[in-house]
Amino acid sequence: MNPVNYLYLAALLFTIGGAGVMIRRNAIIVFMCVELMLNACNLAFVTFARLHDNLDGQIFAFFTMVVAAAEVVVGLAIIVTFFRSRHSASVDDASLMKL
Amino acid sequence: MDHLIGALVGAPLLGAGILLTGGRRLDRIGHWIGCLLAAVSFAIGVLLFADMLGKSGAARTMTSHLFSWVPVASFQANVSFQLDQLSMTFVLLITGVGTLIHIYSVGYMEYDERRRQFFGYLNLFLAAMLLLVLADNYLLLYVGWEGVGLASYLLIGFWQHKPSAATAAKKAFIVNRVGDMGLSIAVMVMFTTFGTFTFGPVLAHATSASQAKLTGIGLLLLLGACGKSAQVPLQSWLGDAMEGPTPVSALIHAATMVTAGVYLITRSGAIFNAAPTAQLAVTVVGAVTLLFGAIVGCAKDDIKKALAGSTMSQIGYMILAAGLGPIGYVFAIMHLVTHGFFKAGLFLGAGSVMHGMNDEVDMRKYGGLRTYMPITYVTFGLGYLAIIGFPGLSGYWSKDKIIEAAFAKGGTDGWILGGVALLGAGITAFYMTRVMLMTFFGDKRWGREAAQEPGGVAQPQPHPHEAPKTMTIPMIILAFGSVFAGGLFSINSSFLHWLQPVTGHTEGHLPVSAAVIQAATLVVLAIGLGLAWRQYGRQAVPAVAPRGSLLTRAARRDLLQDDFNHVALVKPGEYLTRGLVYLDHSLVDGAVNGTAASVGGLSGRLRRLQNGYVRSYAVSMFGGAALLVAATLLMRGV
Repeated sequence: MNPVNYLYLAALLFTIGGAGVMIRRNAIIVFMCVELMLNACNLAFVTFARLHDNLDGQIFAFFTMVVAAAEVVVGLAIIVTFFRSRHSASVDDASLMKL
Repeated sequence: MDHLIGALVGAPLLGAGILLTGGRRLDRIGHWIGCLLAAVSFAIGVLLFADMLGKSGAARTMTSHLFSWVPVASFQANVSFQLDQLSMTFVLLITGVGTLIHIYSVGYMEYDERRRQFFGYLNLFLAAMLLLVLADNYLLLYVGWEGVGLASYLLIGFWQHKPSAATAAKKAFIVNRVGDMGLSIAVMVMFTTFGTFTFGPVLAHATSASQAKLTGIGLLLLLGACGKSAQVPLQSWLGDAMEGPTPVSALIHAATMVTAGVYLITRSGAIFNAAPTAQLAVTVVGAVTLLFGAIVGCAKDDIKKALAGSTMSQIGYMILAAGLGPIGYVFAIMHLVTHGFFKAGLFLGAGSVMHGMNDEVDMRKYGGLRTYMPITYVTFGLGYLAIIGFPGLSGYWSKDKIIEAAFAKGGTDGWILGGVALLGAGITAFYMTRVMLMTFFGDKRWGREAAQEPGGVAQPQPHPHEAPKTMTIPMIILAFGSVFAGGLFSINSSFLHWLQPVTGHTEGHLPVSAAVIQAATLVVLAIGLGLAWRQYGRQAVPAVAPRGSLLTRAARRDLLQDDFNHVALVKPGEYLTRGLVYLDHSLVDGAVNGTAASVGGLSGRLRRLQNGYVRSYAVSMFGGAALLVAATLLMRGV
């Protein structure tokens, strides 16, 4: 199977994730879309590693996973705290940081 | 002997220092300290004079170098003095008349609680004037010049609780600043031309400079002289300066201040001799002021202002004579000295009259005072005879010489200047006779309105009385000077021979014989006297001034000098500043405020991007990232 097809898949996943981040209001969904984008990147990394026959891309994929895991911990904690105080998970309700 | 010159200036300066810093504990004896130190200065002056008489020729010029003031490369400013015959004449006049005025002030200012301060200022005035005439270079002269300006400001505004006095002081100071500007620029031009300020080298090399520069320096010096000596066009301060206490007026008009301009021109004679245009300007200024002051003097009802007009006119004579060149310098100084005597005497007399009349200055409320104040009457009368040039008295000898010198200038100029001087003598006789008749003769016109005011608060009736001895004795001494000084100076032309080595002298050629001019002077004098007698002696003087002719009304307003200044200088100045303020507000502030406003508006619009919605931030992030990727790809492609 041609590895380039994986790159098309990665681009498709990234686009879905990006659109989700920009369109959806629910914080959990937005969060999931961010994860989707990260994983699309990972897929692209791994594909490129295969295409170029070296391990750089695979190693980078591990780093991305570690960072994503850390980000999930912090991000979910924020969302939970926000839900407790506002009884809402909509990102549009978190609009106080403006002039 | 030479080192004593410094003490001449030092004594009054010390007095000013002691009196102005000594505080209230000196209130009881302060005035005597002031008198003493003025007298010490006079005594030193007499000592130096005796010493000078013992020498002859060039040895008479004494110099004394005190210290080097500003030594910078070729710029050498020294504090050093030069005492020659010209300075000596001034020193004796300033300290002599000055001391008498000090003594007079003891009585005149007796009830003023700031008398100590007054004497401090008087001493400061003397010190500054002595510095002016003793300096051996123009820069130090300028220091004295400014010192005189400062002291006059302090003294004219001495009764600063009166707004009119405070204004008059400011006016005198500001008008003087205009003249001072001329002098300071003249000194700068002098330095760039001759490389030095010292009188000796500057005057010796005067002819080596270009005609344009000499004329420029001459005219600038004239501007300076106009300011200090109250000559047209900078004459407007003199009349208002009468707001000061009367001894101050006497000091300003007789011994110090207004004589400074005459000194400056005479001292700079070599420059003026080499610049005929500047010299002509000097004579024109002198002639115009001579008539200006005389006409103003005719219309004033305030005794001091009438005398102020006469001072302006008499200084005009001196400036005119000084502008005539070597034929006139000696007579300018001679008239200055005799004028010092009789004008001081007249002012002190006027002060004595005011002292006895509850400080009333309106001559229309005087009259018949000769029996109440005999000493004042006699001394004032002698001063009056001297100033109108009554034959044999001081003014006759000096003024007559000036009129002759004016005719001797030759040509049309000579006839015009001589005619003006002659006419001035007639007007002098008129206005001084007017003052004399209105004050001392006729019916008494005082103490009436108090009786006429029905139910009003009773004004204290004036009780004219003779002044105390401290006031009358100086008046008597000055009266002696008024009578005999001119004659003494004229015996064997002694004054001429005394001053000639410094100022130089050439005899002019009279177009007609001297006897004719003298006769003409006497005729003019008699006409002036007669006219005054017809108007103020034969008829009773009305207590309220009649409306008068157009000229009289103009003269009462000082020939519209203030109106002229207002229209010609103050108004344009105001318009200029208003224009500048408008430019500042619209142009300068406009640019600054415009920049600020546009930055503010821009940031206001940019602020709207910060709407707080996460999704819009995400869109901008994606947009930015997309732009970056597009840019990168584009760059690759190229």
